[in-house]
Amino acid sequence: MPHPWLKERPLTPCLRGGFSTVNQTGSWRVIRPVLDISKCRDCSMCWLYCPEGVIDRENNYSIDYDYCKGCGVCAVECPVDAIEMVKEE
Amino acid sequence: MSLKIRDLPNEELVAPGNSGCPGCGATMGARMAMKVLGSRTIMVNGTGCMTVNYGVLAAARFPYLHMLFETTGAVLSGLDAGLRSLGKREGVTLLGWAGDGGTADIGFQSLSGAVERGHKFVYICYDNESYMNTGGQRSGVTPYGASTTTCPAGKRSIGESRPMQRRKDMVEIMAAHGIPYAATASLAFPMDYMAKVKRAAEVDGPSYVHLLSPCPPGWGSNDELTVEVSRLAVETGMWILYEVVDGERKFNKRLKTLRPITDYLKTQKRFRHLLDQPEEIEKIQSFVTKRAERLGLLG
Amino acid sequence: MASVFVSGNMAAAIGARQAEVNVVAAYPITPQTSIVEYLAKFVADGELDAQTIPVESEHSAMAACIGASLAGARAFTASSSQGLALMHEPVFAAAGLRLPLVMAVANRALSHPVTIWSDHSDSMAERDSGWLQFYCETCQEVLDTIIIGYRVAEDARVLLPAMVCLDGFYLSHLSEPVSVPAIEDVRRFAPKSAPKYPILDVDDPKSIGLVISPDFFTEFVYDKHASMSMARDVTEEAFAEFERMFGRRYSHLESYRIDDAEVVLVGMGTMAGTIRVAVDGLRARGMRVGALKIKTYRPFPGEEIRRALRGARVVAVVDRAVTYGTGGIAYYDVARELVNESPHPLLLDFVAGIGGRDITVDTINRVAEQALAVSLDGRRDDVTWVDANKETLAIWGLALR
Ligand SMILES: Cc1ncc(C[n+]2csc(CCOP(=O)(O)OP(=O)(O)O)c2C)c(N)n1
Ligand code: SF4
Ligand code: SF4
Ligand code: SF4
Repeated sequence: MPHPWLKERPLTPCLRGGFSTVNQTGSWRVIRPVLDISKCRDCSMCWLYCPEGVIDRENNYSIDYDYCKGCGVCAVECPVDAIEMVKEE
Repeated sequence: MSLKIRDLPNEELVAPGNSGCPGCGATMGARMAMKVLGSRTIMVNGTGCMTVNYGVLAAARFPYLHMLFETTGAVLSGLDAGLRSLGKREGVTLLGWAGDGGTADIGFQSLSGAVERGHKFVYICYDNESYMNTGGQRSGVTPYGASTTTCPAGKRSIGESRPMQRRKDMVEIMAAHGIPYAATASLAFPMDYMAKVKRAAEVDGPSYVHLLSPCPPGWGSNDELTVEVSRLAVETGMWILYEVVDGERKFNKRLKTLRPITDYLKTQKRFRHLLDQPEEIEKIQSFVTKRAERLGLLG
Repeated sequence: MASVFVSGNMAAAIGARQAEVNVVAAYPITPQTSIVEYLAKFVADGELDAQTIPVESEHSAMAACIGASLAGARAFTASSSQGLALMHEPVFAAAGLRLPLVMAVANRALSHPVTIWSDHSDSMAERDSGWLQFYCETCQEVLDTIIIGYRVAEDARVLLPAMVCLDGFYLSHLSEPVSVPAIEDVRRFAPKSAPKYPILDVDDPKSIGLVISPDFFTEFVYDKHASMSMARDVTEEAFAEFERMFGRRYSHLESYRIDDAEVVLVGMGTMAGTIRVAVDGLRARGMRVGALKIKTYRPFPGEEIRRALRGARVVAVVDRAVTYGTGGIAYYDVARELVNESPHPLLLDFVAGIGGRDITVDTINRVAEQALAVSLDGRRDDVTWVDANKETLAIWGLALR
């Protein structure tokens, strides 16, 4: 016999994956990676190394600044220095 | 190993918005592992930093469980048995993901039991060489000479100073259980790391990968140097890349010469107090050099 | 329905077998050990199609059951004393994850001093973990309660794990004739269905075991509380259905000759039988004494307690566990239900049977005599350690008050 309050019961905290996108970690950034696409050799190293997975290699390595934390790993690891870290305003 | 960067899937199995620090090695390592393991993977994560990263706002787009600090191995055993009993084991990868504390210290017994019983799972220890979730205390794998909050360097202490220098060697211990696959890995050699994770998932039985995971706030390294610090660890011989396949040891990166360990130590504040103590540096250098020679790492 | 002559531990193992558990993860400890041995043998002999995990500790036994349950499997474990204490942390986690596990607990005192003999201190230490707790008196009751436990724990209105307690040795190693319900009937009584709690499923990925803020924590705890309260009715339903299908009647409380009783003696577990025998003897001597056994301890059957004890002049609770410096533990549960009744019976608190000291008819007689002797305006005294021995205290130079 189902009980009326069954439907809304929370039971245990449980979320669908991807809920974290509510947390726009881009606001943490103090320096911002800026890519000079003309220098880029499409090696994917920045894409692979970005801890946040916010570099889109299918889209000219564009960076999602809503979430990029500005760690600077991509800039250090780019073999041709195509990424520069610049101070956020 | 013919894993190519081009062939890695573009799909991101970890959503952005996790609360890991900028430049977190563990966050980087988990994302890479998931690139090769794929979405039909269940991650069991014993309490640690990744619990905050994945377990607060649900960043994982695959089934994720945060469980009690020391239970990763046991929960994997239960999942393995549970899925088998329901005929649902086929095509599912079980991944244990825990820090060095959850692996080498408090979770050691549960992992050893699970491995000894031969359950099938991949276990990756992300090793930031301390308990970071509680603010950076020492663990059984904190390197000799490192300053942590529970073994702070001071007038009368050089930081971690266990007499035999050698840290608890998890890969050797896991290999001693007779498991089909155990390996160390480094973020500076990502294709090697991911190939190892892939191989670990393919063997029949438990497998173990130990990933050195730089931690900028804990180590006092720069955010942007996470990969560079990993590289220096390998090039100085502080971190040795090798695998044990069915009991056979194989080095994945032989070195012509070792860079001086100070190249590695000076990138991190946790070692800074050592830099003006030449006798300690000498002690560590000699330990590292002797170990490399003994193992036949050079040449 | 086959009949067999088996021990309480075998009855527990048969209960798990008839419930067709998928996974058994347990670790040996006296007096529980034979439960896991019997189950291992059932699996080895092909009488139970389950995965057994011979874990390296009780902590891992509970963690492995949690893993199995999160895979969607029906999981079973059993423990005692030190083992249950070692499990403490994941015992709470299982309830928090709302996993319908069933665990048999062969009650044994906790060290130190070391003993393998029975009292309720082990399961009482898990009283507030969010698990249902049933205390059994007979081997048949053990078997049946494990099956009932799965039905109640898996009910969508409950989704909390269940502990089935049997007094170590007194019941775990006592053999009695037991009737074994047929598997087909158990399947109808407690059918395995798709899990009604969040599981780890690659086809429906979720994140479980999350960290939450104080903004939400209370509500999740409240939900466990509400579900535990609901479990009272759900268990009643299960008892009724069990009787209909198998002909054996269980209830949260079992009363014996209480209708005109001036004094009611309350106890849990195997002592209930002893109390009934004592009651018969006391009645034969003209004393108006009755007995009340608490079978369902969590959720606590408050309303039934109030109803059963309304007419009594004195209620004496006999506890096999202590909360130090005060007294018995179930005593507080009973007192809580009666304190706002007016008039309410006088409540007396007795501790007995600690660490395997036999609760005999004589022990109960002494309880009853003290209870009958208190005057109507009697003040509640301190707890009475009815079977503690002054000479023994003196020999060891222990506290004498
Ligand atoms: C039984 C238990 N003891 C202590 C803690 C507190 N605690 C939580 S995480 C943690 C350290 C985790 O260290 P590690 O496994 O190295 O992972 P990291 O935090 O470095 O990612 C501690 C001590 C706990 N959660 N559970
Ligand atoms: S700065 Fe860090 S987070 Fe931002 S894109 Fe580069 S690697 Fe990713
Ligand atoms: S690392 Fe540099 S060269 Fe390689 S893809 Fe990124 S920007 Fe281009
Ligand atoms: S403290 Fe270290 S391991 Fe933890 S999230 Fe930050 S960088 Fe990662």
